[in-house]
Amino acid sequence: VGGPHGHHDEPRRAGLDAPPAIVSGNGVGDRLSDPLCRRFRDAGDLSRHLWALARRVAGQLCKAVQRPGLPEHLVNTALFLLLGVNVKMVLALLLSGFFVHSARWVRWVSFIFILPWAIPSIPTILSFRWMLNAEWGMINNILFKYFQIEGPNWLLEPNLALGAIIVVHIWKYLPFWTLIMVSGRLTISKDLYEAAEVDGANAFQKFIHITFPSVQNLYITSTLLSTIWSLGDFNSIYLLTGGGPADATQVLATLGIRYAFGMSEISTGMATVITALPLMIPLTFVMLRRLRREAAR
Amino acid sequence: MKTLFRELRLGIVGVLVLIWTLVPIYHLFVMSITPLDQAFQGNLWPENPTLQNYRTVVTQGHDYLRHFWMQLFNSLVVAVAVALITLTIATFSAYAISRLRVRGGETVSTLALLTYLIPAAFLAIPMYKTMGNYGMLNNKWSLILTLVTFATPYAIWVLKQYADKLPFELDEAARIDGASPIQIFWLVFLPLMAPSLVAIGTYALLLAWNEYLYAFLLLSSDEQITLPVALGNFLASDEAPWTLLMATGVIYALPPAAIYYAFRRYMVAGLTAGAVKS
Repeated sequence: VGGPHGHHDEPRRAGLDAPPAIVSGNGVGDRLSDPLCRRFRDAGDLSRHLWALARRVAGQLCKAVQRPGLPEHLVNTALFLLLGVNVKMVLALLLSGFFVHSARWVRWVSFIFILPWAIPSIPTILSFRWMLNAEWGMINNILFKYFQIEGPNWLLEPNLALGAIIVVHIWKYLPFWTLIMVSGRLTISKDLYEAAEVDGANAFQKFIHITFPSVQNLYITSTLLSTIWSLGDFNSIYLLTGGGPADATQVLATLGIRYAFGMSEISTGMATVITALPLMIPLTFVMLRRLRREAAR
Repeated sequence: MKTLFRELRLGIVGVLVLIWTLVPIYHLFVMSITPLDQAFQGNLWPENPTLQNYRTVVTQGHDYLRHFWMQLFNSLVVAVAVALITLTIATFSAYAISRLRVRGGETVSTLALLTYLIPAAFLAIPMYKTMGNYGMLNNKWSLILTLVTFATPYAIWVLKQYADKLPFELDEAARIDGASPIQIFWLVFLPLMAPSLVAIGTYALLLAWNEYLYAFLLLSSDEQITLPVALGNFLASDEAPWTLLMATGVIYALPPAAIYYAFRRYMVAGLTAGAVKS
């Protein structure tokens, strides 16, 4: 881990096993015995250690950033987040309008609709994987048999593969967010809609002027939360494409694991994951405030 | 006329939703009843559907399935242990923070919320190193402790919110009658919290049963791994027996689906209330 930025500025006389706090005494402080000076020296040591640590982290980050393909992987991550999260949330918002209907058959549909979220993702992702197989999968076979279309190589063409990943992600998490949106819609008073109807508002106007303003806050909170969680979605990528073809669909979560465990470069793996912090920290901070404020209400 | 049109529109949405939801699940099921030699035909319905795959799975009649029952048992042990430990820690924490008003309790609950917001996949590397340092790799306890770590913050957060809503007069009345804090915990607090405890227990149970990444990193030998890791291991070779993989997948997916539907009433209310509120 030490590498070129290691301990070269530390004194030679220190024993190798000595803990860092003792190692870096610079000889000057030893002669100063009064507590104030000692405290100054300790503070100096601490800052020097923090500095050395920061340099080491920066070194690892540089190594991770200079890896061939990192920009591409960051673009993948961004695409996955932007499309995956927003398409999912818009669909959830619209579909919740369907599921608030109280008809018995709608409740049966919602019963089935929740399945992707209720069952483990491993079997269903693997099911997608085999279904999308270019030669033997069900999709291409049906395309060929009934429409005489030569289906594309779903999981081996980078753009299609990333698209497939996003579809799988949405398939898995849409039910949960739809439920959340349904719970938001159920709090809206029926009177508002009736009043709008009297005024002759159509469905679109009712959505824009009543529904959306009422669930706006919930929608934003959910989108932020979903962004954080989607950043950590490992399964949808790893089990569908394994990050392939040729690392073209890696995102930060899978790339970190691949460096650390596939190539035994633990530090590079961790540094790769850390490149998400500029997005993670503000999001977490905003979420923390929003959730606490809502809990306090 | 207008209502008929609306019904029709609703119906179309309903059908689309059903197709979207059921296609991968239908495919999973169809593959699981397809004879092994027809796995590569991609038919909409197999020519002669069979339950042979399921028989092979439960009799452990394939190299990949040598330890099927053991792995199913491992999944069960991990899930039950995680649920019980999480419930114990979270219930006591919620009681201490919300009812006993322990100093620093609010800080703990904020920290719990913070932990809940960090995606678990990002902590895989440090967690793996930590478990390595403790010499606990390839030991079920490493997985159990890790998952408890990830399940408790949310559990504490949700239970604390529920506990805050219970009327304080109950505690006071019990205290006046001479009940100790522990007695209040057992006789007043726990019975009132029962519905949310069911929700959180189910949440932790399903979280542990469904976990893939950490199980895959922390456990390695065939006798220790859980079922999802065994499913992933099918992909190790190119000629994976996909029909057997799918049959195993169906068996693996059934218990959580059953549990979810059994506790659906509690789950939806409990989990959506804690995750985000309108």
